[in-house]
Amino acid sequence: MEQAFQALVVIVLGVGGCIGYFYLSNLLLDRVLCPARGPNMGRNINRASMIRPWLFLFPAIFALGLYLAYPVVATAWMSLQKDGEFVGLQNYSQMVSEPKFWESMQNNILWLIVVPALSTAFGLLAAQLTDRIRWGNIAKSLIFMPMAISFVGASVIWKLIYDTRPVDQAQIGLLNALWLKFEGGFGSTIGLRVIPALLVAVLILAFAYAAWSIARPLLKAGVKPRPVAMIGRLLGVAILLALIWEIVGWLTGVLSNDLPYGQPQTWLSMPYWNSYFLMIVLVWIQTGFAMVILSAALRGVPEETIEAAILDGANPFQIFFRIKVPQIMPTVVVVWTTITITVLKVFDIVLAMTNGQWETQVLANYMYDKLFRSLDWGVGSASAMVIMAMVTPILVWNVISARREMR
Amino acid sequence: MDSIAGKKPALIWAVHISTALLVLLWVLPTLGLLVSSFRTSDQITSSGWWQALSTQESQLPAIRIEGAETESDGLFVIKGNLFETLGGNVSHWGTSSKAPEAYAAGDTADLGDGRSLTVTADGGYALTSSASMADLRLPRVFLTASTPPEFTTENFQNVIASPLAGQSIGQAFLNTLTVAIPATIIPILIAAFAAYALAWMEFPGRPLLIAAIMALLVVPLQLALIPLLQLHNTLGIGKSYLGIWLAHTGFGLPMAIYLLRNYMAGLPREVIESARVDGATDFQIFRRIVLPLSFPALASFAIFQFLWTWNDLLVALVFLGTGNDQQVLTGNLVNLMGSRGGDWEILAASAFVSIAVPLIVFFGMQKYLVRGLLAGSVK
Repeated sequence: MEQAFQALVVIVLGVGGCIGYFYLSNLLLDRVLCPARGPNMGRNINRASMIRPWLFLFPAIFALGLYLAYPVVATAWMSLQKDGEFVGLQNYSQMVSEPKFWESMQNNILWLIVVPALSTAFGLLAAQLTDRIRWGNIAKSLIFMPMAISFVGASVIWKLIYDTRPVDQAQIGLLNALWLKFEGGFGSTIGLRVIPALLVAVLILAFAYAAWSIARPLLKAGVKPRPVAMIGRLLGVAILLALIWEIVGWLTGVLSNDLPYGQPQTWLSMPYWNSYFLMIVLVWIQTGFAMVILSAALRGVPEETIEAAILDGANPFQIFFRIKVPQIMPTVVVVWTTITITVLKVFDIVLAMTNGQWETQVLANYMYDKLFRSLDWGVGSASAMVIMAMVTPILVWNVISARREMR
Repeated sequence: MDSIAGKKPALIWAVHISTALLVLLWVLPTLGLLVSSFRTSDQITSSGWWQALSTQESQLPAIRIEGAETESDGLFVIKGNLFETLGGNVSHWGTSSKAPEAYAAGDTADLGDGRSLTVTADGGYALTSSASMADLRLPRVFLTASTPPEFTTENFQNVIASPLAGQSIGQAFLNTLTVAIPATIIPILIAAFAAYALAWMEFPGRPLLIAAIMALLVVPLQLALIPLLQLHNTLGIGKSYLGIWLAHTGFGLPMAIYLLRNYMAGLPREVIESARVDGATDFQIFRRIVLPLSFPALASFAIFQFLWTWNDLLVALVFLGTGNDQQVLTGNLVNLMGSRGGDWEILAASAFVSIAVPLIVFFGMQKYLVRGLLAGSVK
């Protein structure tokens, strides 16, 4: 009861305080400091209109400065200190000597590639499918729903799916129940070897095709692309080649590995793959977001371009990949970067499901460990700076596009 | 677009089926937990939630026969039904844990000493004896029975009323509400004024400020934790509600200003300029014209901020204490996952208490949420 009362008081004080501040400061400006009358009326009006924007902006600038800008500087400074003394880059060198840090980096890079890619792909698929049917809006709202669920809630939900119980008891986790349906017979060969192998092969071909179409303008002689575009393309090709490299390993694995049929698996402690099981949770949450935005973008594609393509005899797949997707590319980039930022900050899912055990650590949780469990503020701040460094390209890109818009 | 698919019924069917599959895939996880939260712990551990609606054949815990005996023709008989409230269908039964399926329904088992037991398919039993059984320990019965689906709201009652792991979910619910509401309202006001200034006032440095806000939009709040905690400790705020309200206000501001400015900049210029010509001050224009017109944007930001503060874990862990009067739902849930990780009935019910409010907000105000997302991302 007491805290409800406290909250109420704070709401009244906060709201009243804000309104009072804005009202009184404007009153003060108009009546006392620069009254719009008397001999200096003209000068006073000009002066008042110079000061007023800052009255409107002051609380926001103060809060932003204190709660976001100052901490960045303070964290940077703290990462160079140990126990209150300046130690230069010692925290950083200590951090890079820890294997857990490199594990986090490796996992984070994997998260950064897989989650935005899958969420955007599923989002695009869902947007395209739901736009064409009558019950599309209901479908959309159901796919969008996980967005409202907290990361911790989602972790509980998915932990039930990944649940494992001893071999002689009934499996209550959906994944294990499905897994135990496979017994190594003909159906298992089809379901767990042939189909996955085909899917992986298709994925490899798709990546190879994408890499080729990104690289094609670079290989063309005579045309000089802009340096920024060139770097972007090279980066894209590099990422795709890395992915292909990773996935070719899966292909051989799928075909040759011995699968432990009949054994319930502890999915979350399965090295390497457990990171993917955690990523699925975030993909599940973020797909709805991607879908909503991409669906709006798809609806904005000019009808004439599609009609022209139909007249030219394009099939639905060609229309989608050749006409629609290229036109919504800017939106895809926005969605991708927004999800990338979310991924960089992902912390709750890892904390709640594995707490970074079994090689699932990520940077944000590593940092939390350092700051609040080991109480090593130097190394913790250093790892926070690593996260900051990873968002900096997006930050710069954001600022550049904001400036372009202003012009 | 319909025209393309309309010509090919096969394709339209493919679209329907793939959409249905996708939706199923997305709903199934939540549904699983929801169903589990309405089952007893015995049911949860004995079968998967997807079997909750079908009749289950399973071994029930042992039941000891009890009751008063009646005497007729020199035989002492105890009669009754093993299913107390819910019905069921016995297929096999036994009298020892070593052979729980020794007899079929309707069989009569000889227990020695002139006693015999019959259990019928509907759970009725008859224990007969040639001597009085008043002082004897009566036998236990192990049933293998198919029980009809059964759901209970007991989990929710338990979770809300009684404290688990030292903290009650009901209290945590109140705490979360205490965090979320002021942390939603206060930034809106501050941001609205700033957004108006950035959208409709001319002053030097405006582009620079907008660029700065775009930059702050992506700054990870991880960087802010330690310096701000230090600051709060120095100011004497420490770990308290005041601290977390301030923190959420600061962290929510860039998004709020960005969304509101985008919306306000799109308002018709003539309206604002004619008001200016009529001699309205900026404060009046803001209060009488811009604020009411911006209601959709204000609503969509309010929903975002509410969902974000309600669902947040990290900020609460850092800026609030872990005592009973400060623990929020997400923090409580993480604790439960650690300490009661196997008790799915508790976890499921607690999780649903914590996600119920966001889901209601989500389904009730989806329109504004979508509008806000689009305003923030598509130009």
